[in-house]
Amino acid sequence: MTSLLVIVVLVLLGIAIWQLTKIFHLTQVGAATYNENPEVATDRDNNVNGYLMFGFLGFIYIFTIYSMMKWGDLLLGTPASEHGPQYDNLMSISMWLIGIVQVLTQFLLHYFSFINRGRKDRKAFYYADNDKLEFIWTIIPVIVLAGLILYGLYAWTNIMFIDEEAKEDAIYVEVYAKQFNWEVRYAGKDGKLGKANVRYIEGVNTLGVDMGDANAQDDIQASELHLPKGKQIIFKFRSQDVLHSAYMPHFRAQMNVVPGMVTQFGFVPTVTTDEMRQDPAIMKKVAHINELRSKKSAEATATGGTALEPYTFDYLLLCNKICGASHYNMQMKIVVEDEATFNKWLSAKQTLSAAVKESKQPAAPATGEAAPATAKDSTNTAKPDSTATKMTVAQVIKK
Amino acid sequence: MSAVGHDEIHAHEGHDNHDAHDHHHEQTFIEKYIFSLDHKMIAKQYLLTGTLMGIIGIIMSLLFRMQIAWPEESFTIFKVLLGDKFAPGGVMRNDIYLALVTIHGTIMVFFVLTAGLSGTFSNLLIPLQIGARDMASGFMNMLSYWMFFISAVIMVCSLFVEAGPASAGWTIYPPLSALPQAIGGSGLGMTLWLVSMAIFIASSLMGSLNYVVTVINLRTKGMSMTRLPLTIWALFVTAIIGIVSFPVLLSAALLLIMDRSFGTSFFLSDIYIAGEVLHYQGGSPVLFEHLFWFLGHPEVYIVILPAMGLVSEIMTSNARKPIFGYRAMIASILAIAFLSTIVWGHHMFISGMNPFLGSVFTFTTLLIAIPSAVKAFNWITTLWRGNLQLNPAMLFSIGFVSTFITGGLTGIILGDSTLDINVHDTYFVVAHFHLVMGISALYGMFAGIYHWFPKLYGRMMNKTLGYIHFWVTAVCAYGVFFPMHFVGMAGLPRRYYTNTNFPLFDDLADVNVVITLFALVGAAFQLVFLWNFFYSIFKGKKAIQNPWRANTLEWTTPVEHIHGNWPGEIPEVYRWPYDYSKPGHDDDFVPQTVPMKEGEEELHHS
Repeated sequence: MTSLLVIVVLVLLGIAIWQLTKIFHLTQVGAATYNENPEVATDRDNNVNGYLMFGFLGFIYIFTIYSMMKWGDLLLGTPASEHGPQYDNLMSISMWLIGIVQVLTQFLLHYFSFINRGRKDRKAFYYADNDKLEFIWTIIPVIVLAGLILYGLYAWTNIMFIDEEAKEDAIYVEVYAKQFNWEVRYAGKDGKLGKANVRYIEGVNTLGVDMGDANAQDDIQASELHLPKGKQIIFKFRSQDVLHSAYMPHFRAQMNVVPGMVTQFGFVPTVTTDEMRQDPAIMKKVAHINELRSKKSAEATATGGTALEPYTFDYLLLCNKICGASHYNMQMKIVVEDEATFNKWLSAKQTLSAAVKESKQPAAPATGEAAPATAKDSTNTAKPDSTATKMTVAQVIKK
Repeated sequence: MSAVGHDEIHAHEGHDNHDAHDHHHEQTFIEKYIFSLDHKMIAKQYLLTGTLMGIIGIIMSLLFRMQIAWPEESFTIFKVLLGDKFAPGGVMRNDIYLALVTIHGTIMVFFVLTAGLSGTFSNLLIPLQIGARDMASGFMNMLSYWMFFISAVIMVCSLFVEAGPASAGWTIYPPLSALPQAIGGSGLGMTLWLVSMAIFIASSLMGSLNYVVTVINLRTKGMSMTRLPLTIWALFVTAIIGIVSFPVLLSAALLLIMDRSFGTSFFLSDIYIAGEVLHYQGGSPVLFEHLFWFLGHPEVYIVILPAMGLVSEIMTSNARKPIFGYRAMIASILAIAFLSTIVWGHHMFISGMNPFLGSVFTFTTLLIAIPSAVKAFNWITTLWRGNLQLNPAMLFSIGFVSTFITGGLTGIILGDSTLDINVHDTYFVVAHFHLVMGISALYGMFAGIYHWFPKLYGRMMNKTLGYIHFWVTAVCAYGVFFPMHFVGMAGLPRRYYTNTNFPLFDDLADVNVVITLFALVGAAFQLVFLWNFFYSIFKGKKAIQNPWRANTLEWTTPVEHIHGNWPGEIPEVYRWPYDYSKPGHDDDFVPQTVPMKEGEEELHHS
């Protein structure tokens, strides 16, 4: 019934437009000229559309201001890394620049469209070129953009060229991507990551670490990314299958994860998770989100569904390169904590060599339940990390 | 480039070019409408096929926008269009979302904006505006269209494959696009995509070669390169860019076919998937990215340059004054063409390539902003002190400049490698390229259709419907893509089936609904255009020979199409195309075929 009504409405709308068109034709001034050269703009058309052009300028300005007011606080807020403020500063300057250009050029374009709207008795001004003008509006963008590039490249060099900058006490972390999960491997006490390749994947060694490599013995695997505040973290990225991308927006960090290659990115976290949770903008955002969630929960429970969990802020690692069906649900929690807490967390974890050795042993308990011990995935760590379980469940549903 | 046309070599003045066809018999339906060798008919064929593909592409975008705005809800339209397999219970499947996004991008970039825009207008305008009987090779032209048609059919057929069409994004990076185990669409769907694109590329190359040869060789007497309308300059340079860059995509496609079907390892190495280590060794996905974007970037200039050429022409004839800065416009077109071949790496800043390359590409990318800015300022100055005839084509041309500025400016953010770190592959990128391609270039295409409709079909489109079409589209276009920038800067990645797994993004839900609603309204009003277009072909008011009172040669041909374009001799050209409102003339336009008066001076530099 609804579809029939929709069709009827559309048909009536079509007829209305058709009739309106016919009425407009009847109101054409100077019908004779209209018939000679039909469907060409008349002075009246030019007048109406000229005013509309100027009105459209108002729409552009108002919509821009409205968008900034309504959605401006969606932006990411306080950066959580050392290079973050430099990034945000460059973004600010660039945005101001393009904003000014936008305001000025749109004004000129739409104002000229309005003020020069055509009339029969009007004559246009034959003005074909002016090299001086061309030079001026070439050289100004050159200078402005040159300045922008220099600042941008300076920042880029600071952020991206890690090897020269690697501090003595940098922490090396491997972030390992696969469809549709992240795992991390810490370099352990020796500060070096052991070699790895997918060909070594076996049982509990889900990252394919070469257990024959001396550096690999003290490596520590985890399914939650913990980072100590104030230390340089050098990430080494590896992929098991297809292209992924490690996107950590609060840290202003992103790097593709490429199968067959090790890519890298480095930053110094400067704000712990607890500190960020106290950030006023974040608190406002979280409150707003929880408001939305409780509204949705109320609707859900009313129809017999399950309520949504309330949200507490956490840093996130998201996948940001199309990688397959569950690309939209490939995430890992990131926790930034002070160095002492981080060291405590790390030391409570089992090294890889211990984990592999343990999995290889025949079942110690007499009940002979060896199978479950190896069947569990990377949960040889002390804590069952929340994201891991969510992953498997999500995978089961979505695949 | 010579200063005057090749009149000695141009021996076919008095008689028509007898190509493969014979003037002295009635053409059969097949010869006239199907396998036509006439560039004007081929232009219409490109336009029709491009329009049909565009309708499919837009419908796809509405489907996935609905999924984003109202995630995982059941819609009847999904049930109807996607069926039970792709949308069980009316809920879109997650990999089908990726398939829709992929095919939408492929169709829009290649089939609509390349073939539908460049193919239509190069075919229509090049012979007419340079004063030639037809393209250099009518036969190759016909083949180029039919290969395009076949590639379109194959692409549409791939939608009906059981495991789904190609689903790795329109950029189809391997390994995702190489391995059927990685996603279903990378099986037969991807194979058909590759076959379709290979044929498309062949078609495009044939067309481009034809256009280049025609412009160089077949200009009429007096038509020097610097008397060519900017439209021809733009279409000519577009064809050259195409010839340089499309073969690289073809090579990437062939290497990918070899990796997929013949066991090679160009792009693949060290992969463990579906429980086993694959045999590939030594390849790199980054190589594919380089090869893809070596075409991919010039491709977007292949999309925008024809639109720029059309807009320059439409703006000048509707402003009744010369295009401002003719030489600067030509120089900008050439600069854009050259620079477009050395900026491809700005799509790969965080691909894992050496950061030094990132610096190089940032530098070249920000350079390319300069000729684009020069063009925008020249268009604005063309409007200044004009006598603007605000026909629908003119409105779309002004809208073109407006959205090109807005979209182009955000390109400056993306071209800066540092800033790209946090906005790469987010909705910020999607907003940027839709504003410049999906809106700006599309406005150029609409402007061209409204303006040259009388030349294509001998009738006029309804201007009131044109006005309604423009104004609603203009509002909806900004309504869809302006808010999207905020979504991107909030960190939302693209190609996400749903955002509900991230409470962090819960506050983006209402923005996404706003975007989708504007998209639905905007798409609905395209029906006004489609109605106007198809109705006017048959029932539109009959056009006079030169309805826009323009200077260029196409308006000197009769309204009824004839082979060889002019009934008698090809006209000779005595002046540049931009003598509008020239002092010393009664009319506010002086066609190119009007000889210079005694004592008349050239008031321009060219």
